[in-house]
Amino acid sequence: MDIERSRDRFAPHYLEHEKWKLGDYGAHPIDKYLRPGRIPHIWCSGCGLGISMTCFISALEESGLPLDKNCVVSGIGCTGRVAGYLKLDSYHTTHGRPIPFATGLKLGNPELTVTVFSGDGDLFAIGGNHFIHAARRNVDINVICVNNFNYGMTGGQVGPTTHLKARTTTTPYGNFEQAFNLPHVAVASGAVYVARWTTLHARRLKASIKEALLKKGFCFIEIIAPCPTAYGRRNRLGTGLNEMKYYKEHSVIRHNADPAEAELVLGGDILVGKFRDEEKPTFLDMQKEGTLDVMSGKGGSKK
Amino acid sequence: MKLWRKPLDADDWEPPKGKIYIIEERCKGCGFCEEFCPRKVLEESDKYNSRGYHPPEVVNPDDCVHCELCELICPEFAIFVLDAKEMESKKPKKKRGKGGGSKKTSQKKKSSKKQTSKKTKKGGRK
Repeated sequence: MDIERSRDRFAPHYLEHEKWKLGDYGAHPIDKYLRPGRIPHIWCSGCGLGISMTCFISALEESGLPLDKNCVVSGIGCTGRVAGYLKLDSYHTTHGRPIPFATGLKLGNPELTVTVFSGDGDLFAIGGNHFIHAARRNVDINVICVNNFNYGMTGGQVGPTTHLKARTTTTPYGNFEQAFNLPHVAVASGAVYVARWTTLHARRLKASIKEALLKKGFCFIEIIAPCPTAYGRRNRLGTGLNEMKYYKEHSVIRHNADPAEAELVLGGDILVGKFRDEEKPTFLDMQKEGTLDVMSGKGGSKK
Repeated sequence: MKLWRKPLDADDWEPPKGKIYIIEERCKGCGFCEEFCPRKVLEESDKYNSRGYHPPEVVNPDDCVHCELCELICPEFAIFVLDAKEMESKKPKKKRGKGGGSKKTSQKKKSSKKQTSKKTKKGGRK
């Protein structure tokens, strides 16, 4: 029913083109990755979440991974809705707990490629400990954190990534808390792949997500996204377009930079790039190795 | 973009050409595609969609080089680019007519059209 409706709605004549014989529906080539009847999404005009999602889908398409072996786990918030829009095996979990769910998925079925797609408040405020410990164990999951500097869905409250001195609904005289530097947290916790991009760097972001999908170990990508309705309006950042222009002027690409320098300041430069890319045995590898050692009588501590 | 000299192989190399499709009803008028198109192919149009936004329109279709940045940067899944030559060689035979009159009658008409179009599709693929 939904399929028929979405076909009728835009009546696209180009559906008769050869590219559409793939058995998909809808008007856009990406529509075969989206749940029918759920588009248009709820995100505001100028929001960066749609770009993040497009980049993720394109990266998934390019990576050539089988779709039925791909899972997306989301938490709560604007970004949490990604799981609801994607036509993959996707989970919309409780607040702050997408990483435990993803860890369980990966350990239960190691064949799966598990991606956590969530916001900064969900992953670093409520789920901060889960993030640290999943990175420490090097569980083979990919974490994509869309950072819009506040709790957008509930009306723009202050969060752990809000800039110093920024105004939000709960800090009307300016935020006086230090903000999290997410790539630094990830590197310090032991993530093997850490990158940060803004939504303007769509092509680099796509390449980065593809790398992360094909890489083993805990991969973390921070996406800096505009939030014109909740955050931009109170801080005089303008529309989504103004924020994108700001990224164009103020982002500095520096690969392998020290993540300690990647702190974000309101009105300052944004350091982007790939901060870390290394190889480490994953949690499952270590577990197998340990089990084999015990079975063969080597036993870890008796050396 | 200005070139300081003509590339040596400019004569035997043809830049790719794209054809842009815009799903106007999905557009929320953020203006990303218009602003960041490297060849300035898109511009804000005067018309409204049903939500009251101005969707973009293609102003210089010949300048498009099929870079697909607009497709990647659109947050609404409302714009995409296909290879222009490929599309020209496989033009659909029939364009769907613009539905007029009341909804009930148009629905009936559409359903009958669908059946016919499905038949033509199958025939075309063979």
